[in-house]
Amino acid sequence: MKLIFRGVRGSIPTPGPGTVKYGGNTTCIEIRTASNELIILDAGTGIHALAQRLNPRETVNAHIFITHTHWDHIQGLPFFMPIFMPNNLINIYGGIDPVTNEGIQRSMGVQLQYSFFPIREAELKAKLNYHTLLPGKTVSVGEARITPTLLNHPVLNFGYRIDCDGQSLFFTGDYEPVYNIYSPEDPDHDEYQSYVEAKLAEVAQAMSDVDALIVDASYTDEEYRSKQGWGHGTYRSALSMAAQAHAKKLFLTHHDPCRSDRQLDRIHQQLQQENRDAPFDILMAREGIEYTL
Amino acid sequence: MHIDELVTLVEKMPAFPNSVQRVVELASDINSSGKDIVVVIESDPVMTVKILKAINSPFYGLPRKINSIQRAVVHIGINTIKNMALSVAAIGVLKPHNKAGFDTGKFLLHSLMTAAICKKLGETMGVPQNELSDYYVAGLLHDFGKVVFAEFKAEAFKQSLQKSAEQQLPLHHCENEFIGIDHSQAGALLAEKWAFDASLVEAINHHHTPPQSSLLTQCLFVANQVSKQLGIGDAGNPIVEAFPEAVSAHFGMDLNEVIESLGDLSTLKSEALSFIH
Ligand SMILES: [Zn+2]
Ligand SMILES: [Zn+2]
Repeated sequence: MKLIFRGVRGSIPTPGPGTVKYGGNTTCIEIRTASNELIILDAGTGIHALAQRLNPRETVNAHIFITHTHWDHIQGLPFFMPIFMPNNLINIYGGIDPVTNEGIQRSMGVQLQYSFFPIREAELKAKLNYHTLLPGKTVSVGEARITPTLLNHPVLNFGYRIDCDGQSLFFTGDYEPVYNIYSPEDPDHDEYQSYVEAKLAEVAQAMSDVDALIVDASYTDEEYRSKQGWGHGTYRSALSMAAQAHAKKLFLTHHDPCRSDRQLDRIHQQLQQENRDAPFDILMAREGIEYTL
Repeated sequence: MHIDELVTLVEKMPAFPNSVQRVVELASDINSSGKDIVVVIESDPVMTVKILKAINSPFYGLPRKINSIQRAVVHIGINTIKNMALSVAAIGVLKPHNKAGFDTGKFLLHSLMTAAICKKLGETMGVPQNELSDYYVAGLLHDFGKVVFAEFKAEAFKQSLQKSAEQQLPLHHCENEFIGIDHSQAGALLAEKWAFDASLVEAINHHHTPPQSSLLTQCLFVANQVSKQLGIGDAGNPIVEAFPEAVSAHFGMDLNEVIESLGDLSTLKSEALSFIH
């Protein structure tokens, strides 16, 4: 599989001189299988850059897997140019939100209303298929098998594992590892802790032995102290996840919009220095660079 | 009464007034903690049932059945659970007194006490920590069928309550006579339809006739008798039932000895009361 980040920012696009190296688009990852299937993880603004690279004379058959419906992960969908061209086939996959009971078609339906966007869903020229995914139920795209796992975030969020061509990767989407909401003195603490551990083990199992683990690492430990419960992970939680999963490469992504290239470089250096013995590579997700797994 | 009718009725069922108020308060308080909201949901059978039902629904497809709100929070996140509670809270509010003359406040107190006692019994019987919430939820939901009757089969349920009180008969016998189904069957049918764990379905189904096999059902039976005997709360059944053979054999005590062994229940009682007022 080949892997290209098209958007690496969390929350909001951040163009400007300070974000040239790593990029300023919100989350979007392009995956190409050996047989050239196009799998896209999330449709942040980076999906526009992805579309620009597609050959306009070829029909597009894309499989877009949405981790969750926060803006920074769906905002690029209406700007994915192939949806306006006939003969293209766009498959969009995602889960059902238990609060609204609605599937992933809502993310497009909500955005394509006249008050927000000039073109209505009915006017799109490509054929759009929506697929509702269930946690733990694998779907196939050509040779690739994609398995969703429920991960903690303030809205339903799927992490995706992709197995293909004898290789594997896991992308968390936005993920804050679950933690105990009770303090140790609380009588409910131990019982809750047992659920937390079972859930963390389930997640570790889902990402076990991947060639690439792509993780939402938005915060430093210090920042996290005031941001617990916001739904994002830390550099530290990403490192321990990679160790537990025996991942070969760890990609840190969902960079905080306030973080400049210089700051990301510095964090990266520091992480590498402090984890020289780590049995995996530590990489900062960077737009446009192609990785072959 | 048909199962499909039951299921549709419960969709329309509103939560209890006090928990609605608290959920709304907590949701608008940015400093409220996750566990506050869990406590409120756990104290309301309607919210509990609706959230567990949604989470266990087949198209949601979780690998394991989820029987408790805490487990639900770990799986799907506190924010989603909070929003689900809010949407349940938005659907009307169960009246404290209804056409059936069923006092929902006393009912809630009975359910909460039975839940707390059932969990405590499980603990003393050596049930592992991570299964104790099933004991709590079984206690909370065992009489859920009665709220459905009170809300949607008011006339027939009123007759059942009256006959049961006047002639000192078990309420479920009278329900069978006037409604054609009793609350334990109704509750079990719903729990089954919502894909709750088989052990929970069985406990609700047999909470008046506990079989040999299930410790959960036996604890639930005993907890129910204890809260009736102590007169904390009231769910309309005047009869404290004798321990069947299986229960006596398992506990090796009679009802009063069990009550004695539980020690001081005043904390449980005041905790439960704090949800009603
Ligand atoms: Zn995000
Ligand atoms: Zn998000």
